[in-house]
Amino acid sequence: MSNYALVAIIIVYLAVLFYIAFLAEKKKQSKWVNNPYVYTLSLAVYCSAWTYYGSIGIAANTGVNFLPIYLGPIIAAPLWIIVLRKIIRISKQHKISSIADFISLRYGNNRFLGALVTVVCLFATLPYISLQLKAVSETFEIISDDTSYISTTVIDDSTFYVALLLAIFATFFGTQNTDASEKHKGIVATVALESVLKLVFFLVIGAYITFYLFDGTSDIYDKISKTENFEQLVTLGGVEEGFNWFFMIALSFMAIFLLPRQFQVSVLENNREKHLKKAIWLFPLYLLLFNIFVVFIAWAGKLTFGDTQNAEYYTLLLPLKHGNSFLATLVFLGGFSAVISMVIVSTLALSTMVSNNLIIPYGFLDKFIKNQPERNSKYIKNIRRISIFTIIITAYFFYVSFSKELSLYAIGLISFVIISQLAPSFFIGLFWNRGSSKAAITGIIVGFCIVFYTLVLPFTLQAYTGTDNFTQHGFMGVSALKPHALLGIDFLSAPAHAFFWSMLFNVLCYLTFSLTTKGNYRERNYAEMFVDSKNFSTLQDSALVWKGEAFVGDIKNVLVRFLGEKRATRALQIFFTKYKLPQDTQLADARLINFSEKLLTGSIGSASAKILIASVVKEEQISLVEVLKILEESKENIVSNRVLTEKSNQLTQLSLKLKDANQELILKDKQKDEFLDTVAHELKTPITGIRAATELLMDEDDDMPKEVKAQFLKNILQDSDRLGRLINNILDFEKLETGRLNLDFAYNDIQKTITKAISSISQIAANKEVKIINKNVHTFKTNYDEDRILQVLTNLLSNAIKFCNPKTGKIIVDYKLGNERIEISVTDNGKGIPEEDHDYIFDKFYQSKHQNTIKPQGSGLGLAITKQIVEKHNGKIWAKKGIKSGATLVFTIPFK
Amino acid sequence: MEKKILIVDDEPNIVMSLEYTFKKQNFEVFIARDGGEALEILKHQTPSVVLLDIMMPNVDGYQTLKHIKNTNSLKNTKVVFLTAKNKASDIEKGLKLGADKYLTKPFSVKKIVSEILELIA
Repeated sequence: MSNYALVAIIIVYLAVLFYIAFLAEKKKQSKWVNNPYVYTLSLAVYCSAWTYYGSIGIAANTGVNFLPIYLGPIIAAPLWIIVLRKIIRISKQHKISSIADFISLRYGNNRFLGALVTVVCLFATLPYISLQLKAVSETFEIISDDTSYISTTVIDDSTFYVALLLAIFATFFGTQNTDASEKHKGIVATVALESVLKLVFFLVIGAYITFYLFDGTSDIYDKISKTENFEQLVTLGGVEEGFNWFFMIALSFMAIFLLPRQFQVSVLENNREKHLKKAIWLFPLYLLLFNIFVVFIAWAGKLTFGDTQNAEYYTLLLPLKHGNSFLATLVFLGGFSAVISMVIVSTLALSTMVSNNLIIPYGFLDKFIKNQPERNSKYIKNIRRISIFTIIITAYFFYVSFSKELSLYAIGLISFVIISQLAPSFFIGLFWNRGSSKAAITGIIVGFCIVFYTLVLPFTLQAYTGTDNFTQHGFMGVSALKPHALLGIDFLSAPAHAFFWSMLFNVLCYLTFSLTTKGNYRERNYAEMFVDSKNFSTLQDSALVWKGEAFVGDIKNVLVRFLGEKRATRALQIFFTKYKLPQDTQLADARLINFSEKLLTGSIGSASAKILIASVVKEEQISLVEVLKILEESKENIVSNRVLTEKSNQLTQLSLKLKDANQELILKDKQKDEFLDTVAHELKTPITGIRAATELLMDEDDDMPKEVKAQFLKNILQDSDRLGRLINNILDFEKLETGRLNLDFAYNDIQKTITKAISSISQIAANKEVKIINKNVHTFKTNYDEDRILQVLTNLLSNAIKFCNPKTGKIIVDYKLGNERIEISVTDNGKGIPEEDHDYIFDKFYQSKHQNTIKPQGSGLGLAITKQIVEKHNGKIWAKKGIKSGATLVFTIPFK
Repeated sequence: MEKKILIVDDEPNIVMSLEYTFKKQNFEVFIARDGGEALEILKHQTPSVVLLDIMMPNVDGYQTLKHIKNTNSLKNTKVVFLTAKNKASDIEKGLKLGADKYLTKPFSVKKIVSEILELIA
């Protein structure tokens, strides 16, 4: 087949995939996209070109050794119902967007850990992607008859363009949303389709080779059993080979959870937990089907070609040899499908990690703080797009300069061993709450270094220098340091050996550091949430021991920058409704902090979200009582001497906390000071009046006219009354503010209460000749504290009188029954409240700027108290908007 | 020279006592209920002393003081703060802004009179 025809087929094929992805993205809710089969098939992204081609190579050269890579996932599958479900739940609840996010969140949102995991994933996946490109390139060469033509530069290398096309595809469908925890239905649908295609094509070629080219399985077996090295192909080695198998199975067991692309499809793209139930048997079945013909194809190839050809490509070579280029093209497309799905899902996962756990938290956060929401989301998307391109292009160059020499199988295993370094912090951390971030970081770094020394370095050196001096003689010629045989353990295969040592030290470091160090409270809380995820839905927002001060407004500002005004407002509304908080709550609590962090996590990763939110939160040290509570929790552990030392440590900590508690008190004092200042000012005013008037009256030398004297005496009386009211109000307010006031609920008639309120204030009204009309004369009984509601009504009425003009003043009290609440209004025909003041009139000590005509003799607390009382009844109070003249104040009491 | 005083305060009872006192001392007394009114009066009058409260609606005492200090025709007018704000930091701030005296509430009428007389002597 000519190059051009092949390229045309590739382009048509990609176009079809584009179209399907587009359709799936458009019909997100359709059953075709959301079903357990699509989910299971998307898991088969596990079978990359490595499986598709590489297994046959292994089967041909070393026999059944390709099997452990499938046995691991098959063993893992039944456990999914427990483990994977837990992971999915946690991820959904925390809007986790990648495995790096998951691990860093488990260890208290540790920013460095997130970055470290990302780097590990990059190291593991880049060569893996390059391996896929290598497969495309080599199969392309095999199938196009233009073999004389060998690409020499990037510009005329078709693989480069394939890589570019894949990058465009991944960019287009991978970055539709800023929130990376959103689903990528388009990509998942194409991956599922590709999984079907690669399996079908592989089975077709298997059947073709076994039953058409040969005479069935027994024919192949008969023929191959007569060849020389047959025994070696069908038997397992001794105990040593057993170890190899064991480690390989363990390795693939971990990989099915940890590979970024697996985490992406199995956890992040999971729609419903119940899809797992189907996946646990269907996925192993898929793997089984995939492996039915592997051995026979390998043997058939060996019988046909001897050892002359690259065994990895028997599936292409066999049909080509028999002139069946149609079948060969199908096989090529099957392999190409495997490549596309692997590359796209991997880069999608990686780009999210790179942007959310590496780039944003380590450099772009400041930029985001200043920006507008639309620009922020554009920035985030661009970072991801650039990451996708960079990853694929880097993988391409890695392939060009590096992996041309290595077999598919070898590169794949290096990736597996590297990614397995995440296993201890991932798995143990999921079930053991002591695992700490320090332990995770140390374990991963140590493990990674060992893998680097025992596996990556030897491969790299061999590929570059072409000699295996390093492998043969070890570092500086020390034989105990031979990279493939540390301390003389030489019976394991290189990957199994690297896996054994790295995992040993990784786990040791993890356990040691976890047992000897203790994470901070934040970390321990997240540990608790991950480990005990069952009780978690009730805990989720409030589980964190957190004390601090933050304003809803500040937090909202941060949210707006990433979600936009509309979404941020809606999210906060939902939050307030969920926790039955008033919509205009001003001080944020721990629940809101956690909720907001979670909201942001999808867009910028958990570490960044934590930093951003922290920037507007003034965290306070945890108080003494809370420390004691935490100590109490660990009381159960007090069994041995060791705990005694720990306790003495905690005592030192406690004394530190005491110091902090003291500082906290100072801060509280400052706030109290401000309040007291205002109160003092308000108290001083009438006292000043009394003091001055008294002094003047006492001056015996002065012959003050009688009417002036009377006026001063009247002033003194007025000021004394004001003082009394003020003191009562302050006491009331203090009680309400600190929540010490208990309401005395009883069934009362609202009409009677209104009448009482009016009569109590009728004298003042009469003095000013202001009319008060009680409009709704029907009785209605409901549950409230009559004394307090009387206080509310009197307050509103005296305010109204104050602002009414003498003689012409008219006040109407009315009530009506609404949706499960009673709505009471006080309307006057006074000078009204300017609309700009509406939001503030209920603040303590607020006085309108427009209030300069008459100085009202209020305490400045009346409306604040009124509001508190109404809210204690779960009601609301507001000034009616759009009133032409006068003012209407309305409050509600819900029915019980 | 006739003694003129401008009393700026939003509390009518306090103003009444001060007004009575200074009239007894043969001052011509002007009254403003906030900074805005005070500045309006100062357009036409040049009192020897302005007795100025700080916490008032609209234009507060600090702003009023600044206006007076920036008006050339008022450069001989003394400004005295009379306020309930009695923290050391408040007093320092008032004097730094250029007030000639800083008196605090509650006050003794006699003391106020003697302070003012001393200031304009």
